[in-house]
Amino acid sequence: MSEIPQQQREKIAAQFIKALPFCAALDIKLDSMNVSSAAMSMPYDKRIIGDPETGVVHGGAVSALLDTCCGLAVSLHPESGKPTATIDLRIDYMRPAKVGERIVAEAEVYRATRTVAFVRAFAHDGDRENPVASATGAFTFSPFAKDAA
Amino acid sequence: MKRPEPLQVVKERRDGALKLLVESVPYISFMGVSFDRRGDELTAVMAFDPKIIGNPVLPAIHGGATASFLEIAALIELSWQRAWGALEEGSADVAAIQGAGYLRLPKTIDFTVDYLRSGLPRDCYARARVNRSGRRYASVHVEAWQDNRSKLYAQATGHFLMPQLIVDE
Repeated sequence: MSEIPQQQREKIAAQFIKALPFCAALDIKLDSMNVSSAAMSMPYDKRIIGDPETGVVHGGAVSALLDTCCGLAVSLHPESGKPTATIDLRIDYMRPAKVGERIVAEAEVYRATRTVAFVRAFAHDGDRENPVASATGAFTFSPFAKDAA
Repeated sequence: MKRPEPLQVVKERRDGALKLLVESVPYISFMGVSFDRRGDELTAVMAFDPKIIGNPVLPAIHGGATASFLEIAALIELSWQRAWGALEEGSADVAAIQGAGYLRLPKTIDFTVDYLRSGLPRDCYARARVNRSGRRYASVHVEAWQDNRSKLYAQATGHFLMPQLIVDE
């Protein structure tokens, strides 16, 4: 077997996300999936406030959302053959997220080599043109052996 | 010569300021992070909890939980160091320190996490080092480990925007 149909890939990925305790703790939901890309979102919650003066969500929760979304995008790459792990992830925080708003993350694999997937992602709270944060990361990548079997 | 303050008074002031700083942030308790203080040195501790798992098969701690832990450790260290100077002047009590804005948290500009090993289902420890802290910007490095201090499981570097002190406003 050298390839999994996209539909089946999405089904496996959705099940995997559902089984993640940390995503459940943050109430992170899967919004959409495509080839090498995904969108996920996280609701506002008082328990994840990072700035008590303003009520803005902690950056760490936003990075958890972005990290998960990036990992999911990697698993939706047509050549991805094994579970992935984050090698490194950089988050740039552009502005505080709006208090009370759901945060949406979108990620895409823009390049995958035989060993590494390079991913870009951003997070917004309603307006895609005005992001809250952006991320760039390197993830482990193991494509299916093409000449196997 | 001024007599040194009783030990208990000094401890209470230091612990009181740290407690205020840490307990003001809901996300820190949500993540189960606490701080161990020895003099001015802080060690952040993230107690293992099944809810921080990101890979149930291995099992391993979620990268986002690790990133959160490191960012919390960096933010608290940065605030703590600045508050420490004011605390040690002795004249200010905890309420005055808070009133002057020393316990306001910096804002993260960027944060880069380097995942070195998978996080095992154990407690995590982290120490942050402030490499530069100016009036506006600060650069902080954080190292995290689990069982063995010499085997880091993650490290991070971040840049922060320092909150203005109320005396400066």
